[in-house]
Amino acid sequence: MTMGAKQVTNMEQLLEGIWKQNPVFVMTLGMCPTLAVTVSGFNALGMGVATTFVLVCSAGLISLLRNFIPKEVRIATYIVIIATFVTLVDYIIQAVSLALYDALGAFIQLIVVNCIILGRAEAHAAKSPSLPAVLNAFGMGVGFTIGLLALGSVREILGAGKLFGVTLFGADFQPWVVMVLPPGGFFVLGAWLLLFAWWARRKEANHGA
Amino acid sequence: MSNQRTDIPPADITGSGRLVATLGLVTMICGALIVAVWQWTLPAIAANKKVMLERGVKALVPDAARIVEYDAAADGIHPAQGDPVAGAVRFYATYDGGGKLLAIAAEGGARGYADVVRVLYGYRPGCECIFGIRVVQMKETPGIGDKIITDAAFVANFDKLDVSLATDMKSLANDVKTVKHGSKKFGWEIDAITGATITSKAVGRGINDSVQVLLPRLRPHLEQLEKGASS
Repeated sequence: MTMGAKQVTNMEQLLEGIWKQNPVFVMTLGMCPTLAVTVSGFNALGMGVATTFVLVCSAGLISLLRNFIPKEVRIATYIVIIATFVTLVDYIIQAVSLALYDALGAFIQLIVVNCIILGRAEAHAAKSPSLPAVLNAFGMGVGFTIGLLALGSVREILGAGKLFGVTLFGADFQPWVVMVLPPGGFFVLGAWLLLFAWWARRKEANHGA
Repeated sequence: MSNQRTDIPPADITGSGRLVATLGLVTMICGALIVAVWQWTLPAIAANKKVMLERGVKALVPDAARIVEYDAAADGIHPAQGDPVAGAVRFYATYDGGGKLLAIAAEGGARGYADVVRVLYGYRPGCECIFGIRVVQMKETPGIGDKIITDAAFVANFDKLDVSLATDMKSLANDVKTVKHGSKKFGWEIDAITGATITSKAVGRGINDSVQVLLPRLRPHLEQLEKGASS
């Protein structure tokens, strides 16, 4: 760290992805799984945990090998490492729950090309010691999972009248089916982004007053 | 013309040997990790697949006390070992507690509206008919395509769907066909769901494609299957 630069604490590393740089609501990264698999809370949680696993493991290994990997082959090396952990998570999900595996479908394998993971590898893990790299990746994973859960729970409640498979309303409830269809993902994401933008503007106005 | 040499690489360029060694080593570590986790998870994945399959077959044949997996290949039927060989159709013979053959279950699948619709169907040799289906995999539109599970009239199509073989035993006497809602006349026809025609047709096509291959291979070996419970 250069002299005079602000020292980033471990807690700040962890919180960066959860709040300030949330991958879904602030950086709007990883939109494919965010929109595609969040038809239920269970799917959202499964994808969030799988992505967090890949983020943490790949960040840890890349950070450990950072002084050994020449810059010319760094992207190829990162992709090999990320693809390895995606393959592992693919096997682990099949071993834990075939129902979840079928529900997440091709999006498990597509974690390889999730830009949050390669972004973290290149921008953070490749330049940081292991502990901050892992904490930062874990925070990003948790932030991503929170984002997916925020979409998945709203879509499941409105589109199916359930939350994590538990029926919330009586027999008279008419599900808002569009919410579990692809357009529903855009509607709910748009609504969350609008809410956060309104909140940020309100906070700014309060500070200015 | 300048005498300055341009073929000397800058000092910070890494040599090819180091690049190859780095990629080789990282790939070796990753390969070892993948193989280790694959070996570790393999028994659990196989057990999960077996449980899912047994659950599906038991839902079709609740009295089944024993389920035996077979592959129907061009040269006859064989007890299943690992993944089915190319061209073979995997099916499941179900037996009661006394070892009597109850029914056969097998999978069929065809492209629906969103993705492939895969169904497990139950076949009873006595009536040469399909007596029920269970959806194994489907990503159809909720509230529309999923009526193939909830619509009682559609489900009733499979109470006794005629899949009898022609006299030459090489194909079905009549193809299983999905027809427009309300126009079903024959036992081998499936009455489609209004508004979910593509999904209804996928179910019919998936079953037809599967039984057209399976039944001509299976019928000549029914006796072998009836003895199968004791093997």
